[in-house]
Amino acid sequence: MYEIVKKRELAPDVKLFEVSAPLVARKAEPGQFVILRLDEKGERIPLTIADFNRKKGTITIIFQEVGKTTMQLGNMDKGDKILNFVGPLGCPSEIKNYGTVVCIGGGIGVAPLYPIARALKDADNKVISIIGARNKNLLILEKEMRKVSDELYITTDDGSKGKKGFVSDILKKLIDESRKIDRVFAIGPVIMMKVVADVTKPYGIKTIVSLNPIMIDGTGMCGGCRVLVDNEIKFACVDGPEFDAHLVDFDTLMGRNRRFLKKEEISVKEYGKKCQ
Amino acid sequence: MPVKREKQPMREQDPTERIKNFREVPLGYTKEQAIEEAKRCLQCKDMPCMKGCPVGIEIPIFIECIKEGNFEKAIEKIKEKNALPAVTGRVCPYEGQCEGLCTLGKIGEPVAIGRLERFVADLEREKGIKTPKKAKSTGKKVAVVGSGPAGLTCASDLAKMGHEVVVFEALHEPGGVLLYGIPEFRLPKKILHNEIEYIKKLGVQIREDVVIGKTLTIKDLLEEFDAVFIGTGAGLPVWMGIPGENLNGVYSANEFLTRVNLMKAYKFPEYDTPIEIGERVATIGAGNVAMDCARTALRLGAKKSYIIYRRSREEAPARAEEINHAGEEGVIFKFLTLPTKYIGDDQGHLRKMECLEMELTEKDESGRRRPVAIEGSEFTLDIDTVIVAIGQKPNPLIPKTTEGLEITKWGTIKTDESGRTSMKGIFAGGDIATGAATVILAMGAGKRAAESIDNYLRENV
Repeated sequence: MYEIVKKRELAPDVKLFEVSAPLVARKAEPGQFVILRLDEKGERIPLTIADFNRKKGTITIIFQEVGKTTMQLGNMDKGDKILNFVGPLGCPSEIKNYGTVVCIGGGIGVAPLYPIARALKDADNKVISIIGARNKNLLILEKEMRKVSDELYITTDDGSKGKKGFVSDILKKLIDESRKIDRVFAIGPVIMMKVVADVTKPYGIKTIVSLNPIMIDGTGMCGGCRVLVDNEIKFACVDGPEFDAHLVDFDTLMGRNRRFLKKEEISVKEYGKKCQ
Repeated sequence: MPVKREKQPMREQDPTERIKNFREVPLGYTKEQAIEEAKRCLQCKDMPCMKGCPVGIEIPIFIECIKEGNFEKAIEKIKEKNALPAVTGRVCPYEGQCEGLCTLGKIGEPVAIGRLERFVADLEREKGIKTPKKAKSTGKKVAVVGSGPAGLTCASDLAKMGHEVVVFEALHEPGGVLLYGIPEFRLPKKILHNEIEYIKKLGVQIREDVVIGKTLTIKDLLEEFDAVFIGTGAGLPVWMGIPGENLNGVYSANEFLTRVNLMKAYKFPEYDTPIEIGERVATIGAGNVAMDCARTALRLGAKKSYIIYRRSREEAPARAEEINHAGEEGVIFKFLTLPTKYIGDDQGHLRKMECLEMELTEKDESGRRRPVAIEGSEFTLDIDTVIVAIGQKPNPLIPKTTEGLEITKWGTIKTDESGRTSMKGIFAGGDIATGAATVILAMGAGKRAAESIDNYLRENV
């Protein structure tokens, strides 16, 4: 059992938990993820690691309540225990001194982006960050990102904070201004990552995205998380979760993420009844 | 009195009834039946049956105990060699092992050794399993990686020898393929849990949620343990590499079975994990795993469940019993058929599959007749779900993260007969060393490795 030692609400339906998991914390690196299961009847869901503290033995997860399991997780409190919490899974981000890097985070994607940006900063990169959300209430980790970035840009879909528009607009602007960009890291909704990939591709700017498909075991056993990369089947859990954005087939990924949509709706409805 | 030529029949759930539930299909022997069956054993002095048992159970001796009605003694005898008798009594391919060598087989049916093993194991469980005597501690510590048949057997044998054993399991429950792979109707999970409880009573500790190669490495384990056994199995799905394999509705056998068996998707929404099945399901392959998938599909409500196999029934690797069970339940066999393409709708969901008819020609290197496509035989089949069950590869997590561990070109860990790897103090066995095989062969490998580890600990540590 893994105790929740801290709970904080970052935005409506977006929560931060620190979970006591010393073995996971000992090995965790930016870019990796955990899989958790809440109770005996629970499903296994992957969540990217938003931070880790080796000394305290904790892993930070940030999640948006979008499905039954994340809603149930959101209803848990400090002191409650998560039944299963396994990791760190997947390959860590490749961190080195690239020169100038652009770190792009959309919505909840800012959470896993933060430790990567921090590690890139520690590796003496010039870090330009672009973070965005639908509106200002949904924008997370602004303060944290500012601390590890040389420049920080903010966008919201409705213009309630920063520039009205999308994170990719700022990226385009930077490219148009002929800013030197050596590598881009982009994490967020699949459509955002696809657009970013389309923006950087003509300029040959290497772009890394972190994929979050449906998973079960997280060890390469089930193949449920398979994605097409350079027309080859790859498993996001063991070969990823980060891939070269210019080689990822985003359309297949979006399709596969809709695999159980109807059943997921039933789950949410049943959970809603139970909570009343 | 002449010996009866046929085995005592075993009661089974009726096929029309059983496809509506996940309960076990064969119902086991009664005491009377078990004694009657035991009487058929000729008690051959040279015990040919025993030579066919990968874990070396002294079969005629336990059968003699059953004949005398001493069931407790019978299970004790089995457990000297086999920590999972209720499992092997259900899933062993007896016909090619012990029963295949039974003298009675020359004049009729062999003694039903598997059913007798199952009978005494089940009886013991109903009465409550006795706590075994703990061996005197040697003070040596062994890590076992993976809690499938190889790992559990190795762990229980080492514990009986007095070593301290910790088993590491990546999933949230122990059992490996016995848990995620074999369906409830063939191996009820309650029975598996009981067998694992027995192994824990031997003193074995099991730590779930630890992925060796990620959470801890083999090197980390060597800091805390005197030796390590790797039994991580062959869990990586194999694809055919044909167009459309990434459509929604195409599962690997592993994903399909894991959702149903481990995560209990058949009880959705009581359990959270979903599965989508549709009305028409095609399972590709004809091994035991394929039969499990096709039969599971029927129980999930599929109206049609096909087995698609490029060779004929004769070459099918599944046990005859499994093929028969599947047939009785209404699985439709399409032998000599090769899928070539999956076709989806505009939502990316599988709707049809294209196939070719095959014919068998001369024998290939596997000794089986080689299937070749018949020209112009293309046809399409309306289908909602495909389950690809054409085999599994070894999991590369440990090979990839353990420097110095010698790997074969098939991705298996290189070992000698006794399970020693290229690294000192590291042993391996089961599917990770041999490639995908059977439960009992993995158990045999776990057993040999336990002996080899015991020798190593005496001589080196």
